[in-house]
Amino acid sequence: MSKPILSVNDLAVEFDTYGGTVQAVRGVSFDVEAGKTLAIVGESGCGKSVTVQSIMGLIPMPPGRITAGTAMLRGTDIIGRKTIDGEDIRGGQIGMIFQDPMTSLNPTMNIGSQIAETLTVHRGYSKKQAFARAVELLELTKIPEPDKRAKQYPFEFSGGMLQRAMIAMAIACEPPILIADEPTTALDVTIQAQILDLLRDLQRENGMSIILITHDLGVVARMAEHVLVMYAGQMVEHGSVDDIFYRSGHPYTMGLRAAMPSNDPEAEARLTPIEGSPPDLFHPPSGCGYCARCPYAMQVCLDQPPMAHALGDGHQARCWLHHESNTQVVEGITMPGAGA
Amino acid sequence: MTDLVTIEHLVKYFDIGPNQRVHAVDDISLNIGEREILGLVGESGSGKSTLGKAVVGLYNKTGGRVTFKGEALPQKYTPQDFQKHAKNMQMIFQDPYSSLNPRMTVGEIIGEGLRLHSTLDTAQVRERVADWLVRVGLEADHMSRYPHEFSGGQRQRIGIARALILEPEFVVCDEPISALDVSVQAQVVNLLDELKQSMGLTLLFIAHDLSMVRYVSDRMAVMYLGSVVEIGTADQVFFQPKHPYTKILVGSNPEPDPQHERERPSTTISGEIPSPVNVPPGCRFANRCPEVMDQCRVETPELIELTDATNDTNARQVACHLFS
Repeated sequence: MSKPILSVNDLAVEFDTYGGTVQAVRGVSFDVEAGKTLAIVGESGCGKSVTVQSIMGLIPMPPGRITAGTAMLRGTDIIGRKTIDGEDIRGGQIGMIFQDPMTSLNPTMNIGSQIAETLTVHRGYSKKQAFARAVELLELTKIPEPDKRAKQYPFEFSGGMLQRAMIAMAIACEPPILIADEPTTALDVTIQAQILDLLRDLQRENGMSIILITHDLGVVARMAEHVLVMYAGQMVEHGSVDDIFYRSGHPYTMGLRAAMPSNDPEAEARLTPIEGSPPDLFHPPSGCGYCARCPYAMQVCLDQPPMAHALGDGHQARCWLHHESNTQVVEGITMPGAGA
Repeated sequence: MTDLVTIEHLVKYFDIGPNQRVHAVDDISLNIGEREILGLVGESGSGKSTLGKAVVGLYNKTGGRVTFKGEALPQKYTPQDFQKHAKNMQMIFQDPYSSLNPRMTVGEIIGEGLRLHSTLDTAQVRERVADWLVRVGLEADHMSRYPHEFSGGQRQRIGIARALILEPEFVVCDEPISALDVSVQAQVVNLLDELKQSMGLTLLFIAHDLSMVRYVSDRMAVMYLGSVVEIGTADQVFFQPKHPYTKILVGSNPEPDPQHERERPSTTISGEIPSPVNVPPGCRFANRCPEVMDQCRVETPELIELTDATNDTNARQVACHLFS
């Protein structure tokens, strides 16, 4: 495993609300390797967006609070910092694209100026230089007629084109890390394929790392080298994409896969939904967050939180089934020492 | 199989200004057999939802006709027509957040249809609502709560109970699972399947998730810019797509299988779905089609039956000059 460019350790985030304190992220750790893609997968409300927003410093405080954890970018903890080595982290070191391109751009500014703004702020370009570079960036993201398009406003762009413009903005300062928060969820499947191809081409050309947040396992399979599966604010499984898809070590990961239709014409099995819903994060359960929905839950799962068990080659799962004293054998779950 | 619903040359245009009209649904003919699930896929703006709404009468038809059990449905619904047909045809909507009135209790939402269309008294309505809440996996005492107290999946169950309490024969499901998480999607799909089995429902299932439509449907129709480009059994269309657009649609669909994804050739096409306002002559897919011919830009292809369909009752149809 090569040296990680970003290393997040034991991150915890809380929000104060009228209903009490929500423990949105409860101790998440992961590494991002240079030039590779890490996908963070999970259901709505599992804390995947909050995790990256706290790295970017986008959590409003109050009501938010980062209670623990570090995020080391090239040896410096960036939690709570705005700059690193005199350079802005947000925009300069880490670029970000958002789920909904329609609402994430300023409707009163033309596209070219919005991209140029990044360059004047972070790189000290003159307005004219920055605008010229913005046109080049639009061309790089394969927008036809970039000179004309740069002078247009967001309402004149389609959803796919806006997402390209947002990517152009995020990569303007050539950040080593790009965070993409559900970049294709609002797009049609043919446009999604175009955007995913574009992200992969850009990654190949300038070697940036991508943190891809999604709930679509198909997108994960297409894009990611490594996968972090989150549930109820915690990591439940972490490993290479093949580990996650072919050697799942956690009942939740298996449940997600069984809940999706398989495209094998022979397999006519019924979908197996995960019954119930995620736990209330005002009062997170004392044991495993998934145990109320888990078909293999044991007494220990209710009582104590499971630790992360290493399954070899960086693959880990937070599940009591992997504890050495567990005797329950579950079909399809990779046990330590079994495969590898 | 006898047809429950037939759609003949259905047209729905929206006038948006002088000499400008959106060709949302342009001359579509489809038939839906009794107890069949017909899946309808296509990109946003292809006219799927408009078709669904025009079929149940939520939109007036610009042209063409729709028959239900051989009886022609009105071109423009009057309140009396809704009174007459709502018991037979219902709709489940996409967004479980905006399709339930936030100021009505769940009991009022689900029971409204019964109050309007049946002679049951209040106590009997309550009883039926309670039955249905249990039937869709909620609890009877949820009746007095308001929609905001429920999660997306639970609201979609409320929407299903609301649509099915009149025991209709035909239901249009307009993207019923698109707004839900993966684990909850399967819950809702299985619920619809159980209810379909027990009530003998016929469904028009509109969605853009190809894998899910293949899983749910008996037959699948693919729409592009207001017209149907391909129809066949769900497996035929998904595994052996014929129309160039269907091929690209299937090829763009990411599958949860990393090995498969690494080996698959890229099938992306450039460009986006054109505006349906002033539709060019010829094939509507011509400007994006990788196999475009001169003829395609002039002549509009009709749906033609493919002869190689082996003794299949539901003939496979494709609208493409490559096959004529």
